[in-house]
Amino acid sequence: MRSFLFNALVKGPAVTSRPQEASAMAEEVARSLGERARLRLGRSLSIREVDAGSCNGCELEINALSNPVYDIERFGLKFVASPRHADVLLVTGPVTWNMKQALERTYAATPNPKWVVAAGDCAAGCGVFADSKACAGPVSAILPVDLHIPGCPPPPIEILKGLLALMDGADGRQVLAEARS
Amino acid sequence: MTDSILGVSDLIAAAAGETCADGYRRIAVTEVEWQALARGCAEGRHDLLALWVDGKRVRIALRDPGTSLRAIVSLDCAGDRYPAIGCFHAPAIRLERAMRDLYGCVPDGLADDRPWLDHGVGPAFGNSSAQGQFYRFLPAEGEGLHQIPVGPVHAGIIEPGHFRFTANGETIVRLEQRFGYTHKGVEALLAGGAIDKAARLAARISGDSTVAYSFAFARAVESICGVEIPQRARLLRGIMAELERISHHISDFGAICNDASVVTINAHCALLRERLLQMADRCFGHRLMMDRIVPGGVVRDLADDDARALRHLLEETAASFANTVRVYDESPSLLDRTVSTGIVTKDLARRFAAGGFVGRASGRDFDSRRDAAYTPYDSLSFTVPTRQRGDVDARAWIRAEETAASIDMILHMLDRLVPGPIRAGSLTPQPGEAAALVEAFRGDVFVTVRLDEQGEVAHCHARDPSWFQWPLLEAAIEGNIVADFPLCNKSFNCSYSGPDL
Repeated sequence: MRSFLFNALVKGPAVTSRPQEASAMAEEVARSLGERARLRLGRSLSIREVDAGSCNGCELEINALSNPVYDIERFGLKFVASPRHADVLLVTGPVTWNMKQALERTYAATPNPKWVVAAGDCAAGCGVFADSKACAGPVSAILPVDLHIPGCPPPPIEILKGLLALMDGADGRQVLAEARS
Repeated sequence: MTDSILGVSDLIAAAAGETCADGYRRIAVTEVEWQALARGCAEGRHDLLALWVDGKRVRIALRDPGTSLRAIVSLDCAGDRYPAIGCFHAPAIRLERAMRDLYGCVPDGLADDRPWLDHGVGPAFGNSSAQGQFYRFLPAEGEGLHQIPVGPVHAGIIEPGHFRFTANGETIVRLEQRFGYTHKGVEALLAGGAIDKAARLAARISGDSTVAYSFAFARAVESICGVEIPQRARLLRGIMAELERISHHISDFGAICNDASVVTINAHCALLRERLLQMADRCFGHRLMMDRIVPGGVVRDLADDDARALRHLLEETAASFANTVRVYDESPSLLDRTVSTGIVTKDLARRFAAGGFVGRASGRDFDSRRDAAYTPYDSLSFTVPTRQRGDVDARAWIRAEETAASIDMILHMLDRLVPGPIRAGSLTPQPGEAAALVEAFRGDVFVTVRLDEQGEVAHCHARDPSWFQWPLLEAAIEGNIVADFPLCNKSFNCSYSGPDL
């Protein structure tokens, strides 16, 4: 363990030692998101992820936001365990009938002001599951959605860009209107 | 005769007909033979690979672990009733409950009459008996017992499911799972669609195993159509499948350590995974390699300089991950959490025919890449690690050892890559039926496809490895403390979306 930690210390953080495009973009986007988030919500933005029926592909990429390359916690952005601590609900999947109530309750448990981000093609329009009787509809059919992030699944960098777009909008609803037009 | 036991090898020996191109004998049986086969499952004569309903016939896929003979056995279910397998062989219970919800075929004699996928909401299940009903969890009674309900929305970034713990103080006396929250009606969507559409759906049954599902679906369709895919496509499929495996093994190894509060290892593993995904994106055009394998071959070729970069990264990853595993092995405080925690007994792993690292960590020496060999693995030599102790530590070690083996495999396949086509000339759909078994990172995925006269998918069933692993988690957690549940759960890392269909 000592050599392990020593190496980590000597080599420095992964995010700066790998000046590849993706890492550099990640840092840039995450930093600007952090500054805007601070303006609006003090020094942090708390995100509650809700899988409303996804295939788990989106979850893999959302999890990747916390790895040393994207490392969104550096900027005061963090995933929280309870909707009661959240500012943003990050929802994935077509909303299945079996998850509809749980999603509505999660939304109800989130204090105001709150934003809803629908991540992935399924959350936006049910994706390949569009005609299923087992799906109640896209997230916007259940909750007021402030932003859609396209992709199947959206890569972590796109999710960061999406959260940035959310912060850019003076009013979340306006962003939604733009995304739809 | 009513209590007789029948093994699948004996059934095959006695039956007329030939083994199909996909390696399965297809045999229609009587109710008496069906029940004798069910007892055969319980007696360990053969493994139950899958159970599904297609066209008013209930089918089971069986495999004799001794002879490796495989058969798909079907029974007429025209009266919407058939003798339950689950009353003899517990691993079938959830499968039968799911099929009852989806197709209305009632397993006669199954004590558990609760719905599984049907939660009593929405139009998918018609006049559901579950409407307005509370789900009855199995009772656990005793002095000082209390219940802890968890989910479907969990604390972490994971899929939805409900865990009902009954605990005595800190000690779990029973865990009961309830799933179906991510039920998306996959089988109904698959039926009646074109092959291309079905392939995209198959790739999204469980996103973390997208390569394996696409691989299995493609193999089944190719088997029906009698298509041979080019050599280069075979190797590229193998490379993608192994890349998917190591990316998950490495990140789950880190996540296990994370749940034992050693975040450093997790950060290190997450970085290794991220580099692999970025490389997958560079080589194949998608970080998770979704929709890259299609019936007839693969859609994206591997450029020579990308192949060199991949080789370089894998060599680095092998060294770096080996060091990470050594750190794990030299951390007594970490081993204290993982060793002897969440034990799956050998007997249970065998009975449930648990695939992947869950089975192999409990002495079940099965790997479909070797034991139901398919291309390109039939021309590769590789070791299949097994352990006997069945605890969190054993499962973590299987992950580590398989990662090393898979990296060697990819390097070997890269050596053998020669220029050539990556798709078969043409794929002419024809009516027929075929099944395929593919080793995903968490175990064997079974996919069976039936094409109709128009060359469209008439029926498709995919059995995720998690069907036979989730129940073992219920058993493994018994007697452990509540705080060790995340650790045990992560060491399994079962899919929700896969079995929720």
